[in-house]
Amino acid sequence: MTVMTERVSRSRRSATWSAVGGLIVVCLLASLPYLVYANVTGVLVNLFILLALATMWNLLAGYAGLISVGQQAYIGVGAYTVFVLAGNGLSPFLSIPLAAVVSALVALPASFVLLRLRREYFAIATWVLAETFQLAVLRSDSLGGGTGAALLGIADLDPTLRQAFTYWAALAVAVATLLGAYLLLRSRFGLDLTAIRDNEVGARSVGVRVALAKRIVYLVAAAGAGAAGAVLIISQLFVQPTSVFSVQWSAYMIFVALIGGLGSIEGPIVGTLVFFLLQQTLADRGAWYLIILGSVAVLVAMWVPRGIWGIVTDRFDLRLFPVGYFLHAASRLRDAS
Amino acid sequence: MVWVNAIVQGILLGGLYALFACGLSLMFGVMRVVNLAHGDFAVLAAYLALVVITGLHVPVLWSALVIAPLFGAFGYLVQRFIIQRSLDVSPLTTLLVTFGLSIVIQNSLLELASANSQSLPSGSLASASFQVNGQLSIAYESVIVFVVAVVVLVGLQVFLSRARLGRQVRAAADDQEAATIVGVNVRHVYGVAAAIAFATVALAGVAFGMYSSFDPAAGPQRLIFAFEAVVIGGVGSLWGTLAGGIILGVAQVLGAQVDSSFGVLAGHLVFLVVLALRPNGLIPARIS
Repeated sequence: MTVMTERVSRSRRSATWSAVGGLIVVCLLASLPYLVYANVTGVLVNLFILLALATMWNLLAGYAGLISVGQQAYIGVGAYTVFVLAGNGLSPFLSIPLAAVVSALVALPASFVLLRLRREYFAIATWVLAETFQLAVLRSDSLGGGTGAALLGIADLDPTLRQAFTYWAALAVAVATLLGAYLLLRSRFGLDLTAIRDNEVGARSVGVRVALAKRIVYLVAAAGAGAAGAVLIISQLFVQPTSVFSVQWSAYMIFVALIGGLGSIEGPIVGTLVFFLLQQTLADRGAWYLIILGSVAVLVAMWVPRGIWGIVTDRFDLRLFPVGYFLHAASRLRDAS
Repeated sequence: MVWVNAIVQGILLGGLYALFACGLSLMFGVMRVVNLAHGDFAVLAAYLALVVITGLHVPVLWSALVIAPLFGAFGYLVQRFIIQRSLDVSPLTTLLVTFGLSIVIQNSLLELASANSQSLPSGSLASASFQVNGQLSIAYESVIVFVVAVVVLVGLQVFLSRARLGRQVRAAADDQEAATIVGVNVRHVYGVAAAIAFATVALAGVAFGMYSSFDPAAGPQRLIFAFEAVVIGGVGSLWGTLAGGIILGVAQVLGAQVDSSFGVLAGHLVFLVVLALRPNGLIPARIS
């Protein structure tokens, strides 16, 4: 006997396919150092760094409603942590997770000042924090001051091997941030975050601990940015305060997340690919790609607030990383009795 | 005497910061918008001044008189066509959109003008100063800027409290819907507020260009100074903005006196301490 009933599920067939597809893509990407030249993997390293940054920024802005213009503070903290640890003999590759932890630890006291501020103040205060870090590093001789610092410890590694390791490290960080964001949003905590995204006051009124949720997201985002900064110094073998603490980083992550679509995991992936294509096409045009990217981001923010992925989900009802629940209205189910 | 000199210079520098910050304060007080491209618009004004000065062969002060009304009109259009639209989407969008504008302006200037730093030729004015005594000399230039700042702030205060349009601005800031009911065209009034803000940005941009050199990437730093002045002084009060600018200016000059690379950092630290101690006190009163 069959009855008509509603059913709620966490995922659909598309999710299984995207899990399989994702695994294949990651395996393919992981094998690239055996297949292509180092200049290709070198470009991909930058892509992965950007993907990790945009994913973290999307958690902040897309879910917790925190517009930070100062995540470059933690990119710098991550990079300089690797520099200091390498100076003490630790392998830079092993330092990557430590850089993430140190960034989160730095973010903890900062969060007590920043998260009390209202939206606009928060944006600029994060920026001032990044500037303060930069000025502090500029004054510090042991960190190389304004001239920057060269990373020791891996420079003597065989270049091919070093580039392959760097590539894998970047891939690992990108996958870890994506997977981390996915698992975070699938958890009960993710439900809190989604509620905050949709209506902060409403979420508070049904018992979501908004302040705690925001603090956790801020720390996670700092850790992600720290890991990205760690990969950055490893791939460049050099770190300079004016470039690592540059607000340009915020521009990149904001544009990528905006164009791809805020408030979804897929958005930053799509945005990163768009950014990447634009950068490759306009690479020899100097500042033009930032002008175009910025203009596109402004137009998207004003007219298509949910970005490219928002259009895709509206049109095709497609979700590669299902973090919500699906309601199957009145589907036929076999009655157990 | 070195310290007295530093404090006097800091106060005068504070006038520049206040002039620079009042546009930010006005837009935040009326529209609840923090324009993250504020500093870049100022840099844009400085580049325009450079064009006007070299094109028309006029002194720098005259160029400001040309550029300020131009920027006012520009600000009205930016408000009506860009910022208003983002306000209608969500308050978060205004931050994203103005940040996007900031990057677009910076890179457009980079393409048009190159990354070389420029400064505005202030002619005989720059070198002229009056000696109070052996160690204390005050440049006319900074006195002029300070006086302009005070005049602009007083003028703005009078406009907002006395003029019909100014009262409409306050009404729209207080309660958009109630203002609409009594016949205020809120969108137009927002445009007017933005026009005033942009005109002051132009003045500040030109003044800044006389004080120090600028390049296409100088905007964010200036936005931060302006914002620090607003926050230290407390938003919503134009006199507070002047006080905030002066505190920031004095902190920077005193910091630089300790160590030449400590100036800006000292300003940031004062700002962060104020934020840490008074996050609630900073929730602004409406412009009144």
